[in-house]
Amino acid sequence: MAKVLVVTSGKGGVGKTTSTAALGAALAQMGEKVVVIDFDVGLRNLDLVMGAERRVVFDLINVVQGVAKLSQALIRDKRLENLWLLPASQTRDKDALTDEGIGNIIADLRTKFDWILCDSPAGIERGALLAMRYADEAVIVTNPEVSSVRDSDRIIGMLDSKTVKAERGERVEKHLLITRYDSARASRGEMLSIDDILEILATPLLGIIPESQEVLLASNVGSPVTLNNAASAPARAYTDAVRRLMGETVTMTVPVERKSLMNRLLGRRAA
Amino acid sequence: MDAIAKATRQSFRMRGRSFVALALCPVVPIAGWLEEIDVTLARSPGFFAGKPVTLDLSPLDLSQSAIAHLIKSLEQRNIRILGIEGVDAAQLTTSMPPLLTGGRQCPLAQNEPKKPEPKPNPISLLLDCPVRSGQSIFSEGDVTVLGSVASGAEIVAGGSIHVYGALRGRAMAGSSGNATARIFCQKIEAELLAINGYYQTAEEIDVALRHRPAQAWLEGTTMKITPLS
Repeated sequence: MAKVLVVTSGKGGVGKTTSTAALGAALAQMGEKVVVIDFDVGLRNLDLVMGAERRVVFDLINVVQGVAKLSQALIRDKRLENLWLLPASQTRDKDALTDEGIGNIIADLRTKFDWILCDSPAGIERGALLAMRYADEAVIVTNPEVSSVRDSDRIIGMLDSKTVKAERGERVEKHLLITRYDSARASRGEMLSIDDILEILATPLLGIIPESQEVLLASNVGSPVTLNNAASAPARAYTDAVRRLMGETVTMTVPVERKSLMNRLLGRRAA
Repeated sequence: MDAIAKATRQSFRMRGRSFVALALCPVVPIAGWLEEIDVTLARSPGFFAGKPVTLDLSPLDLSQSAIAHLIKSLEQRNIRILGIEGVDAAQLTTSMPPLLTGGRQCPLAQNEPKKPEPKPNPISLLLDCPVRSGQSIFSEGDVTVLGSVASGAEIVAGGSIHVYGALRGRAMAGSSGNATARIFCQKIEAELLAINGYYQTAEEIDVALRHRPAQAWLEGTTMKITPLS
């Protein structure tokens, strides 16, 4: 049974695209057949983070409008053979998306893939609504700060009212993914604590991704962080999150960078 | 053209209809009976408004001038008579309401009550999930939330508001003019509290109360917020 998972947040810049790429790659590494869809029409980024920007010919809008076939628009990852990307259009805007068109594409993808990951644009408008519209599950990406948490709360409300599942009286299963978490700053009270966030959002926690330079490094070279350096702290946190997504019970920890002996001796920060 | 005109000419049509009317049954002395009417009207001025009213004069034996006087007296009280029962056709002049026959008794279900019934208590609303930012909940009655009310969410209730969680959004109780409504919450971090139009914003709420169980209520025109211990 294919699962449609939307990665959403409300607020921009919290790590939706990074998380979509990392979760998608980690799922594919576990042998699942995965497609990641970029819903950020006009501001596409997922192709860059996936390192597929030079192979985009057709996009989501072309498929919605019937210009191209789905198989023509899907881009296979060069590193993982069961990971695919459906890129967004950079020249159009979100008004070009139609509910019916997206519904048809999702229904088609359900027959071909195990996981369909929808990378939602920021905001609560058409693009974000259509990205979550057909979702079975949702990953809500939140940073440990008040504006991000409040926006996530708004998005959770919309997941409970604007999705096809909600309209049928069912529930979209929701998971909270806290990104850019810095335990040192949180312990000094400079960031919201995990408990505070969970108390406000009342949503089960999927994972805590530590703040790390590895994330920027990976996206600069066009590789999901879980592929680029699987031993890095964020990669391990994403992998744990994916194992929880697949139903495994994994103890919740915040992975820290492993400092090499040399770095320790020199007293430098590894990350 | 003529042929068409003939073909489309409408025939004169009539339909039978039956209506329920209030039948007034005056008793002697008429003056005393009119006083009774006045008492009823004083209690509910709109009692006869918009209702068809007939006169049943069968138990009485009134002269033509007495009937005319009675109709005039009723008209002065804004009661217009639709028709008259139980008199001889000869007793009625052309300026009087027509004679009615064949009236039957029927129950006057909702037309009868002398004073308007008190409105049924509005149903209260129970929410067993947290209220998310951006959601707006409205109920005529009480609202109970089993969970928190997020920052940016609002609850508007005709009655009281109970939050079994943290209240971080806006809560407006007694919105339809109920000064006795109250707001209760397990943890007060509200952006705004209002009862019957009187409100306090987060800035005005005593810092010592924050994060504690509290209730808000109106004392005259001032809102009181006290801890629930």
